[in-house]
Amino acid sequence: MNTNIILSGVGGQGILTIAAALDTAALIENLNIKQSEVHGMSQRGGAVQSHVRISDKEIFSDLIPEGKADLILSVEPMELLRYMPFLKKKGWIITDSKPFINTANYPDQEQIYDQIKKHPNHVIVNATDLAKEIGNSKMANMVLLGAASHIIPLSEESLVKSINKLFKHKSEKLIRLNVEAFYKGKEVASNYNKANFI
Amino acid sequence: MKSLLLGNEALAQGAIDAGLSGVYAYPGTPSTEITEYIQRSKTAKELQIHTTWSVNEKTAMESALGMSYVGKRSMVVMKHVGLNVASDVFMNMSVSGVNGGLVVVVADDPSMHSSQNEQDSRFYGKFAMIPILEPANQQEAYDLMFYAFDFSEELKLPVLLRMVTRLSHSRAGITLKSRKKQNDIALPADTSRFALIPMNARKQFDKLINKKSLLVEYASNSGLNQLKISEEKSLGIIACGIAYNYVMENISDNDAFYSILKISQYPLPKKMIKRLYEHCDKIIVIEEGYPIVEELLHNYFDDNDKIKGKLSEDIPLTGELNPNIVAQALGIHKRGSKTVPNIVASRPPQLCEGCGHTDLFNTINELIPEIGDKNVFGDIGCYALGSLPPLNTINTLIDMGASITMAKGAADAGMKNAIAVIGDSTFTHSGMTGLLDAVYENSPITVIISDNSAIAMTGAQESTAVGRLHNICLGIGVKPDHLKTMIPLKKNHDSNVELLRGELQYKGVSVIISERPCVRLSRDQKEEIKSKIASLS
Repeated sequence: MNTNIILSGVGGQGILTIAAALDTAALIENLNIKQSEVHGMSQRGGAVQSHVRISDKEIFSDLIPEGKADLILSVEPMELLRYMPFLKKKGWIITDSKPFINTANYPDQEQIYDQIKKHPNHVIVNATDLAKEIGNSKMANMVLLGAASHIIPLSEESLVKSINKLFKHKSEKLIRLNVEAFYKGKEVASNYNKANFI
Repeated sequence: MKSLLLGNEALAQGAIDAGLSGVYAYPGTPSTEITEYIQRSKTAKELQIHTTWSVNEKTAMESALGMSYVGKRSMVVMKHVGLNVASDVFMNMSVSGVNGGLVVVVADDPSMHSSQNEQDSRFYGKFAMIPILEPANQQEAYDLMFYAFDFSEELKLPVLLRMVTRLSHSRAGITLKSRKKQNDIALPADTSRFALIPMNARKQFDKLINKKSLLVEYASNSGLNQLKISEEKSLGIIACGIAYNYVMENISDNDAFYSILKISQYPLPKKMIKRLYEHCDKIIVIEEGYPIVEELLHNYFDDNDKIKGKLSEDIPLTGELNPNIVAQALGIHKRGSKTVPNIVASRPPQLCEGCGHTDLFNTINELIPEIGDKNVFGDIGCYALGSLPPLNTINTLIDMGASITMAKGAADAGMKNAIAVIGDSTFTHSGMTGLLDAVYENSPITVIISDNSAIAMTGAQESTAVGRLHNICLGIGVKPDHLKTMIPLKKNHDSNVELLRGELQYKGVSVIISERPCVRLSRDQKEEIKSKIASLS
C-alpha cells in the first residue's frame, strides 16, 4: 500500500488540519507516514500545499514526485489546478467550489470549473456552504476529508478516531459537529456523479 | 504508537532526551519550531531547561557557550543567515573549544522559501574546522542529537548540525529512546583555552588543526557515513543528507544495482570516497545547497569528466532538490504528463487583513510624490511585503538592521528624506547599534519602528522590544522632541501624514514608533504584553 496525497489551499485556510487528521489515522493503522508542509512567508495569504505520503513500506522522499499523486484535495479550486503536474493519470481531484480571491488576476470561476471537469476523476463540493449549514464554515476541511474518504486507503473508523483525537481539547459539541461534517462530505461525494465515482 | 513529529520537533526532542540544559535562539524560518517545541515541552519545564528567546543569534550563541563553559549541554538554533550574525563567536569558539557538549543547529533554506539567499552552512562548518552532521530524515534528526552531544564533549569542539527546510518542515513517526541525565556543573580544568589572547589562541589553533585527521577518522568509523559497493561499475552515487531520500525514492526498487555512499557526517571520509571513485566509471554527487562535496572531489582527484553534479550542470545550481530533479540526474526520466493550466494566477504572500503595517505604508505612500519613490529603506519581517504591489513602499531589504544604516549611508551621500522602516524585534536584534551611528553624527534620517509587539513573520513570538523601545531610543541619544509615536489606523491617517511630513523636515535623526499589535496575536498574548508593559513603566 502506497498513497500520495497533495493538499492545497491558501495560507490561513487550514489545510494542516486535514493533514493532521490523515497523519494520525495512518499512525493508528500502524502505517508509515511523511507529511511536508509550508511554514513562513507563504503562510501570509500565499499559495500553500502539503504532501502527505502513507505506506506500509519505508517512505523515502518527503516530496511526492510529479505524476505520482493519487489524490489532490484542495480547499480552493484554483489552487487545485496549480498542482496538476503531480497527479497520476487516473488520480482523483477533489475541491471546495468556493474561490478565495485575494489576487488581482484571479481567473473567471467558470473557467476554473471547466478545467477541473476536463479530468474524469473529479469531485467539486460546496464544502464551505455545507459546513456553514452544520454550524461553522471552518469545518469545510472536514467536509472535504469526508468527500475524499472513498479514495483514501484508511478506514473510516481510523479517520473518525483521528478527528476525535485532533479536537480532544475542544468542546464535545465541536467534536460531534466535525464528525458530522466528515460524514456530510462522504455522503455528498457518494452521490456526486455516481457512475463515475469509485 | 510512534510520535508524529516535524523534523525540527524530532531534533528538539532528541536534544531534550540527550541531556540538554539550555536552548538559545532567535526565531527564523525554517528553524523556529525547534525552540518552540522545547518551550512547550512539559519535560523541559520539569528539567528547568532554559528556553527563552535571545535578542539575536550572536547573543544566543555566546550564552550557549557560557552554559557549555560550566559543563552543561547547550544548543543554539538559527536559520542559515543567522549564522552570519553569530559568525564571530562561531569562528572563535572552534578555537577555544567547548566544555559541556554544544550543538549549533542551523537550518538552511534552499529555494529561499522564506529567506534572502541560499547560503550553505556546511561552508561555515568547514571554515571553522568543526564536525558537521547532516540528517537525512526525521528519525536521524532525533538520533543524531545523542551522538552530537557525546561527540562534542569527547572532542571538546562545537558540532554543527545542518537541517534544510524540507526536513525541518516535514513530519514522520519517530521512535524515542530513554532520556539521559543532564550534566552537573563542572568547570573547565584549565580556563586559559577560553582566553584567546594571541599566545593562547596560537596553541588552541594548533590543537584544532591537529584534530583534523581525527575528525576524518570519526567520519569513517561512526557508522553515519555508509558505503555500499555493488558489482555494477557504471555509476557511483554520493548522496548527502536529505538528498539520500531523493536518490532512494528513485532507485529503491533496484538499489542493489548501484554503489552508494550516504553522507551524514563531515569532514568527508576520504578513504570511502576513494574506494567508490576507484570502483566506478562515473560519480554523481547529489547534495542540497552549494556543490561543496563536488568541489572537494575535484580537489581530490583532478578528473573533471568523471565527477558529475551541480558544477557539471547535471543538477541545477539553484533551488532545492526534489525527486524529479534527482531522477533526471540519475538518467531515469520520470515526469508527470500534466501541466498547470495557464489560467492559474500566481498568489504571492501578502500582509494580513487589518495589519497595522498596511496603514503605516499608506501613510508613507501619501508623501512619496513629495519625496520620491526610492527613499524608503526596509528590513526583515512581514513589512518586507510592503515592497510588493499594491503598496510598493519599500525599496530595499538586505539583512537584519540594514534599513537604518543604509538610510544613514544614503543620507551621508546627500539623499534627502531618507526613511528607514524596521520592526520592533528587528530593531532590538540589530537596529540599535546602527541607530547609535546615526545619532552620533546626527544624520538626517527618519526611522520608523513599526512596533507590533511580536516577532510576527515567524509566528508571533515574544519580542524583547516590548515596552522598551522608547527608553532604548532615548538612551541611545535620540532627542526627545524627535521621538514620536503614532497609531497606524485609518482614522489617524491625516494626522500621521502630518507627523511624518514634519519629521522629514528635521535635519537630524527622528524616530517615529508606529504602535499597533500584530493581528495574529491571541487575546492571551495581548494581555501578557499589556501586563509586561505595565510592569516596565
